[in-house]
Parts: sequence; C-alpha cells; structure tokens
Amino acid sequence: MLAIFFKRILLAIPVLFAVASITFFLIKLAPGGPFDADRAVSPQVLKNLNEAYNLDASNWEQYLDYMSGLLRGDLGPSFRFPGRSVTEMITTGLPVTFELAFYAILIALLMGVFSGVLAALKRNTVLDFIPMAIAMIGICVPTFLMGPLLVLIFGINLEILPVSGWGQLPGDKILPSLTLGFAYAAYIARLSRGGMLEVLNQDFIRTARAKGLTERMVVIKHAMQGGLIPVVSFLGPAIAGLLAGSFVVETIFQIPGLGRFYVEAAFNRDYTMILGTTIFFSAMIVFFNLLSDLAALWLNPRSRDAS
Amino acid sequence: MFKKLIIFPLIFTLIYSCSKNVSPVDSALETGIFHFGNGSEPQGIDPHVVTGVPEHHILISLCEGLTIANPYGEGNLPGVAESWTISDDGKEYIFNLNKTAKWSNGEVMTADDFVWSWMRILTASLGSQYPDMLYYLEGAEEYHTGKTNNFDDVGVKAIDEHTLKVNLKTPTPFFLGLLSHYSTWPVHKETVLKHGTIDDRNGQWTRPGNFVCNGPFQLKEWELNNKIVVEKNPHYWDASRVQLNEMHFYPVSNVMTEDRMFRAGQLHLTSTLPSQKCPIYIEENNPDLRIDPYMGQYFYRLNTNNPYLNDVKVRKALAYTIDRKAIVEKVTKCGQLPAYSFTPPGSNGYYPDTEIPFDPELAKQLMMEAGYSDSNPFPKLEILFNTNEDHRKIALAIQQMWQQNLGIEVELVNQDWKVYLSREMVGDFQVSRAGWIGDYEDPNTFLDLMRPNRGNNKTGWEDPDYDSIVQKANSTNDQEERYKLLMEAESILIDNMPIIPLYTYVRAYQLSSDVKGYNPHILDHHHPKFIYLERD
Repeated sequence: MLAIFFKRILLAIPVLFAVASITFFLIKLAPGGPFDADRAVSPQVLKNLNEAYNLDASNWEQYLDYMSGLLRGDLGPSFRFPGRSVTEMITTGLPVTFELAFYAILIALLMGVFSGVLAALKRNTVLDFIPMAIAMIGICVPTFLMGPLLVLIFGINLEILPVSGWGQLPGDKILPSLTLGFAYAAYIARLSRGGMLEVLNQDFIRTARAKGLTERMVVIKHAMQGGLIPVVSFLGPAIAGLLAGSFVVETIFQIPGLGRFYVEAAFNRDYTMILGTTIFFSAMIVFFNLLSDLAALWLNPRSRDAS
Repeated sequence: MFKKLIIFPLIFTLIYSCSKNVSPVDSALETGIFHFGNGSEPQGIDPHVVTGVPEHHILISLCEGLTIANPYGEGNLPGVAESWTISDDGKEYIFNLNKTAKWSNGEVMTADDFVWSWMRILTASLGSQYPDMLYYLEGAEEYHTGKTNNFDDVGVKAIDEHTLKVNLKTPTPFFLGLLSHYSTWPVHKETVLKHGTIDDRNGQWTRPGNFVCNGPFQLKEWELNNKIVVEKNPHYWDASRVQLNEMHFYPVSNVMTEDRMFRAGQLHLTSTLPSQKCPIYIEENNPDLRIDPYMGQYFYRLNTNNPYLNDVKVRKALAYTIDRKAIVEKVTKCGQLPAYSFTPPGSNGYYPDTEIPFDPELAKQLMMEAGYSDSNPFPKLEILFNTNEDHRKIALAIQQMWQQNLGIEVELVNQDWKVYLSREMVGDFQVSRAGWIGDYEDPNTFLDLMRPNRGNNKTGWEDPDYDSIVQKANSTNDQEERYKLLMEAESILIDNMPIIPLYTYVRAYQLSSDVKGYNPHILDHHHPKFIYLERD
C-alpha cells in the first residue's frame, strides 16, 4: 500500500507540471487582458502597468519566471487586487471552503448512507421508494435552485435562519451546508443502496446469518463494509468536486470561499490567480482521489491481502 | 449512538426554529451600524491605484478631498479646503485648508500633503489609471509622460502650511467637481513610504492597522470577500456631524442574493436591483424602492471605419428606426428615460436641445439615398454586446426594429466581458453596446469622449470642428457661452451619429426606511457624514 502511495505521488508531479504549463499558455491565448476596462486606459498607462507586472516580457520569459516562482512556492501577486498575493488569497478562502465542504459531506454521508442502507434492507417497500424518489429529486434539482428555495422558506417566510453569510450571524452555516450536502446525499443514497443490495445477496452474509448473528451485526459489521465501497470510491472525487465546485453555493449565500476567487479570476483575466487556483485545485483532486483509492483498497479484503 | 446522532441535531433545529432572529437592520438602531450592499469585492483602497464604484463607496467614508459633493443639490461643499478663491481668468485657485483637518492618526493635514499626493498619482511608474483627472494642471501631463522630471513645473504649490495654490492650463469650470473624485484625494506620505515607495502599487499600507487617511471613518477590519468594517474617526474635522458608529460593506456580487439579504433585514442599502424585479416593485408600490436620476447614458457605438457604416445616412437611418420610448417602457421598465442626446440632460444645468426622431419613413428614404433598395439590400449587421440578459433583451428589440423597418438582417453576438472590450478596442465590431457614467458633474465628461485620439471614442469618428468647439468651450470662463458651444458640439455629434443614444440610466436600488440623509445624487456620491439611522 505504501508503494502504491509513493508511486501515485510521483505520478502527480508531471500531472501538476502539465496542468500549470497548459493553463499558463491557454490563458495567454484568451482575448483581453487584466487591465482592459470599460474606461480604457491610455497606452502610456497600459505600458506602465505591463512593466509593473512583467507582462512586457515575452511569453516564454514570463513562463520561466512563473515556474521558477512556483518551485519556490511563490504564486505571484494578484493582478486584480493590488497588494494581495495569490497565496494569501488562497489561504484566506481555503479554510472557509474546507469547512463548508466538511459540513456538506457530513450531511451527505449521514443522510445518504442512512437512507441508502434503509432502502436496501427494506427493498421494494415504502421505505425504499420514498427515500429513493427524494434522492432522484436531489440529483435532478440543481443547487442554484435548491439554495434560493431553502432561503425563501427558512430565511424569508419563516424568518428563522439568515439568508447569507458565513459565521457572522447565528445559524448562517446551516442553509449553505444543507444545500451543498443534499445534492451529494442523493448520489450517496443511490450508491449505497446499490452496493448494499449486491452484498446482501452474497454467500458470506448468509453465513453470517447462519452463525446466528443479529441482523444489526450482519448489516453493520459485514454488509456495510463491502456495500459502502462504491461510496468510498465516490468520496474522493466528491470532496475534490465540493472544493472546486462550491462556487454556486458560495455565490448564493455570500460565502467568502475559494470558489468565488476561482471563477471571478477567470472573468477578470487575473492570470496569476487563475494559475494559482487551478494548480491548487488540481493538487486537491489528485490528493483526494489517491486517498479514496487507498481507502477502497483497504476496505476490500481481497486487494488488502494482495497488497 | 446512531440514533443520538440523528435525534440531537433534529431537536436542536426544532428548538432553534421556534425563535425568530433579530435582524441586523433592527439592531442597527441601537448599534448605529450601517449595512451596505456594495456590489463586488473592491480591488483595494489606495485611491490612486483603484478604479470602480464599490471602491468609491468605501473610499468616500475613509478619505476626503479638497471639496465634497453637495448632497442637497448641485455644486460642491468644503472638504479639507474650508474656502477657496478663483482668479478672474479662472486659471488660478487658492485653497485655504481647514486648520482642524487631521489624519486618522491625529497628525495635522498640510498643503504639502496634497502636493505630494498629486505627485504620486502623476508618477508614471505607479500605473495609476486616473492621472488624466489632473491633466488640467499646468505641466501635469508633461510630468506624467516624462517630458519633464521636475515636479516644480507642475501647477500645484504649497504657499504655506494651510494654503494650496493650483494653476490650470485653461479655465476649467468643472475643476472643483473633479476634486470630489477619489483620484485627487490625499494619501498619508509617511504611511505610504513606511510600507513601500512612492510608486509601489502593492504596498501594504492599505491594510487594517496600517491604513491612515482623513475621512469621517477609519478602517477597522477587512475580511476578504466577506466584509469591510469602518468605524467613526474621532480625528475627523467634522466628527460631531457623523452619526453612524460603523459601516459594514458587503461585496455581494449576486443581485438576487443581495435582494434576499435586503428582504431578510441584513442590509440597509442594496447596490442595485435585479432588473426583472424593478417593474414588480414599481407595481407593488414597494416603499423601499428608490429610483434616482443618474448621470449615465446607454448607447450603441457604430464603427465608422466599417465600409457600410461609414455613410452618415446609414447611421442616421439606423438611429431613426429605434423607438426609444418602447425600449424604456417595454424592455427596461425601470424608470429609464429615452435619450435624444449623448450628454444626459440636466448635467449641472446643461440641457442639450438635440433631437433624434423615430421616423421609419425618413429612415427608409435615407437608406435609398445611400444606395440601398430591395434589389441592393443592406448587408447583414452584427450587434456586439457583453454577455448579460438585459443587454440581450435590448439588442433583441433593436434587431426586430431594424429588421421590420429597414429589412436589415441583424445578428446578435454576445461575448465574455474581456473579449467584448478587446474587440471594441481593436475596432473588430460593427455595432456595439456601450454605457458611460460621468466622472464629474459637467457635460465635458461625455463630450470629451468623442474627441479624436480619445481611447474611449472607439468609433473611428473624428471631426476637427467638433474638436475645436469642445476645446474652445473649455477655454472660456463664461458658463453661458460655454454651454452654448457645448450644445453646438452636441449637435455636430448627433448630426454625424457615430453613436446612437438609447436611454439615460437611473440608479434603482432598495433603501431601508430607517436610513435618513441619503439623498439622490446624480453621480451617486453620498458623503456618509450626512447619513443617520432613525425609525419613523
């Protein structure tokens, strides 16, 4: 398992290098620059600005300059926000995005696994149909609809929860976490139902029951361990997706996370910020995929023994 | 254990649900905190580096120039300058600074502070985007463009500690108005230099704890993408008038989120209004809805370098087939006014008398005269706009008007903001949507735009007569004579139609009835010392 871990880490280096290089040249191809504005600046001012940010050098020189900075851990200054470094902005937004993702995944796991396992155990009954129908709705309803709906009900009509913010008013973390968590809960519910059904029909479950174990022990100790492997495999990309894709929820609920920087940087042609966030999110995706692969390997007795 | 995990949060939520929250707007009556919806995260708060409306809202609470905009009408009120005299030829200004004016660290403000600050914005390597606001000063442009390295050649001098002398190239009747623009405001020399050099764009002097300026409030907290908190500055010269204790600026970029925050009592003021909600709020007589006059114009640029649009008859025909009344009544529906001139009427007492008729018959005749007919139809035309549903709706209406009245096939092309700007800049368009908001309260802020070699002209149109009349207008000190000349220039512009004015903007937003002293202002300048909170 350790060998796999190191092999994957080594593989990640060329992947991240390729991501950085391709992104660098792709954003240079996009029309428009960071200092284009409605009120056009004079050529003299533009020249001064380009000099200030080394944009007057050739693309190749800028690339080498950026990559050498990257090796030293310097992601450069933001073009959009004078006086702010990209590293500072990522470290400011990251804890918030992580916290939001953590609550969302917690809600998703609690709701998803509970209803998925219940549905599998009570197959073809009301307890199967209702949670699965809700899960289907959860998969189909996008967060940009779910968020405002929850806000309308709990924030504006019932006036019991704040409609926006993060850590400013009591209870303002509930609605965004629910909105983001619900979409993933739906996937997890369907995955865990499928996984459980497959496992529950296998011989070792029959053996466990024949040994005289209680149904609870059979489910928790034997069935869930194998039945939830698809969920664990899903968690890696899901967490990475939560981190990189929380932009919509962050915008709806006015949350100062990283997702908003990521998307707005692209609109503003904030070159260093686009590069910094893209490299960072790529690293996150590689890392969480690796973690979930390792966890799935460990949960599966066959592959665990083999490694 | 598993049951407990589910049951406890449920019980907590149920108990919590029984109590209603006290909203920030309600508690503000006690705390004196003004909750301000501010559009987007400001680039920064260095007045010589940043540009934009959200930045302006924050800066007007933190810093102050020589004059401030008058909240009760036109003209300007004393800022740091308590009085001023203007020479008969209108080219020399003597500002007497208020001796009680202080920086937020308690140091007394001097005339030298302004000299140094203006030197900073004119330092080319700083890369300020607004140095031209001071180009009216003698020698300022020369200093900025490197023709002279001696700042003594620039027309700003400290006569003594509290007297500032400014010499202008030509009489500039709107000069006092320029001084309420943040690019002309002072910065604290020692603080700037402590954290960098005079031309350092990335200096850390604007951070909480470091920032020193001279406005009614001082910087307390800055949580990136979350909120900026400013608190009352005890050293401000007019501190006794300031009634708010704090202002919280929220960078809410999503207009629907902002609307919901206002409805839930989390904001006193919104930066704007979702356009689809405006007609609904008007119909509902929403008491919080405010629609104020605004010095901005929505128009279409015509690329006169295009072989088909080079003909003034074609340009006029396009303009005469647009029913502006229908656009404001059926498309924008938020109190906008149809525009028949480039400068919004009422800019500091200026009312242009130009007309643009809605006359499809005349337009057809003009097209015939230009050589287009059924047998030789006008080629397909493209309207370029930045991706936005409101711009699309207007473009759709105009597409239909041109197709119906002139039989021209029109294609709508929407592009990402930066792509749109870059295409406009290199002249890669036929017709493009545009908007312009005045920088100061004078028609020159619009008419100057269409002079040759102005970066924002973008139409390729130039007319030496127009240029010389605008120039002549700005060198006269007689307001009546000046407006007459400017109206003449306006007529030349509308007669040549390189731009098609569509409507005059309004400032539509929501304001809590608790907020008092927030008066309509054509440039949307609201000095926070006049604002207070009180429930009727």
